[in-house]
Amino acid sequence: MADLRELYQEVILEHSKAPRNFRELQGANHKAEGYNPLCGDHFTVYLDLETGESQDGGTIRDIAFQGSGCAISKASASMMTQSIKGKTRAEAEKLFDRFHNLVTGKAGENDSQTDLGKLSVFSGVSEFPVRVKCATLAWHTLRAALEGKNDTASTE
Amino acid sequence: MNALTNQILWPESSAGTEFDVLKARKDFPILNVKVHGKPLVYLDNAATSQKPQMVLDALTHYYTAENANVHRGVHALSGLATESHDRARSKVQRFINAAEPSEIVFVRGTTEGVNLVAQTYGRTHVRSGDEIVISGLEHHSNIVPWQILCEQQGARLRVIPVNDQGEIELDEVEKLIGPRTKLLAIAHVSNALGTITPLREVIEIAHRENVPVLVDGAQAAPHLKIDVQALDADFYVLSGHKMYAPMGIGVLYGKRALLEAMPPYQGGGDMISSVTFEKTLYNKLPFKFEAGTPDVSGAIGLGAAVDYLSATGLDRIAAHEHELLVYATEALSSIPGVRILGTAKSKAAVISFLIENIHAHDVGTILDQEGIAIRTGHHCAQPLMQRFGVDATARASFGLYNIKEEVDALAEGILKVREVFA
Repeated sequence: MADLRELYQEVILEHSKAPRNFRELQGANHKAEGYNPLCGDHFTVYLDLETGESQDGGTIRDIAFQGSGCAISKASASMMTQSIKGKTRAEAEKLFDRFHNLVTGKAGENDSQTDLGKLSVFSGVSEFPVRVKCATLAWHTLRAALEGKNDTASTE
Repeated sequence: MNALTNQILWPESSAGTEFDVLKARKDFPILNVKVHGKPLVYLDNAATSQKPQMVLDALTHYYTAENANVHRGVHALSGLATESHDRARSKVQRFINAAEPSEIVFVRGTTEGVNLVAQTYGRTHVRSGDEIVISGLEHHSNIVPWQILCEQQGARLRVIPVNDQGEIELDEVEKLIGPRTKLLAIAHVSNALGTITPLREVIEIAHRENVPVLVDGAQAAPHLKIDVQALDADFYVLSGHKMYAPMGIGVLYGKRALLEAMPPYQGGGDMISSVTFEKTLYNKLPFKFEAGTPDVSGAIGLGAAVDYLSATGLDRIAAHEHELLVYATEALSSIPGVRILGTAKSKAAVISFLIENIHAHDVGTILDQEGIAIRTGHHCAQPLMQRFGVDATARASFGLYNIKEEVDALAEGILKVREVFA
């Protein structure tokens, strides 16, 4: 059960039961749907992204999500919204890269876990390769929303 | 050992004796595998079954003693390979009681069989405004080929509704079939819920209106005695890998008159009798539908699996699996928070279940840590999942080698799932 506790950490279970920012965001100017065709998980990510041209792509003023999925995907979406709010688009992209490295077990020397903050609780996912898609679904959806795509992001 | 005369020895028929499941387990070497340090509890038989040593030996024997291309050479091995391939076809013919071996077309699996019928029979018989009837229980492979056909021909898909128990509504079949109906396609056994459909009744209703019926028998073949003539099925498709045979081999059965009238599916070698640049004459049945070098070893493996099932006795397998189903249904129903989806009166040994507030995916991961393999997700039957308003279920599906102790392990595993999420 040691491995399982690594995966299903208390924080993750808590977020999956009571996800934060779990609502439709009124006044969102970016939105994307994410879907994992293998398991049926689907999420919608809403963004209020600062408009206007800026080098860092503007600040994410607000973020929310809706949908359904397993504990890992839901907790990941919930914690993503917390860590992304107030960040610039460039910072969000960078964080996704770090997060992706973490859950795929590819974290490099430069990826100190402090950068990830609370998100480091997802490190256990790297021991469960088939669950990487669960952990990254919301992030893929966030990326699609940032890119302003209206189509559905997919883990496939 | 003389390569040309070496024969596989099949177990003698044990009809009339009790089914010895512990003895049967010894026939499946993979059951000795440990998963995460625990004995494998394989409850994902509806996805694919494990293979008995006899089937593995048949494959090895073919490649070590008989391998050559079929229908071509004058040399000894080619003759031997052709004979073995033909023998496998005859075994399948007898197994499903087809009238003759030429009604048995080897395909890659159920999916290819359905596509073959849709693109040959379908393309020639279905016109704009026509209708194809399927049921709400279907696997995507018995939905999408018909959708593609409907799109190509401007036809319409009609769906037999499913009740809360997961049974098709037989009354609706009659209402759905009309003068525009060109074909009815239905599963013998639902892969997601285990429901056994009332095929005889459905086929009778369809035939009253002269509508041919294709049966998706992928989930039925390992569990039920199939008699295509008694059913009066027009087409019956199945996959070898779900009935203890290798992956990549399957069967399309079709009534001779229907197959004769159908155009070929793919062009190539083996399916022709003569080719000039002006005109090609097609080969006779079943070769007309078997373009290219066939999966000879797969067919031989399927033949061996059919021998294994026949020697074990499908009635005894069905009785054993039913006992497991009853036992598992009781065990899972008694766990608080567990809900079984699909409670049809007539069911194969498949249990789709939900645990309150816990996603099927998480259930699957935690059970896997206990060495228990189940399927989680939508089971390639999304419309059926939508019918029940769920995204995913966990599914335990049983095979002939499963035992009650494995059901106990599943029940204990579910308690662990609840513990992790407590």
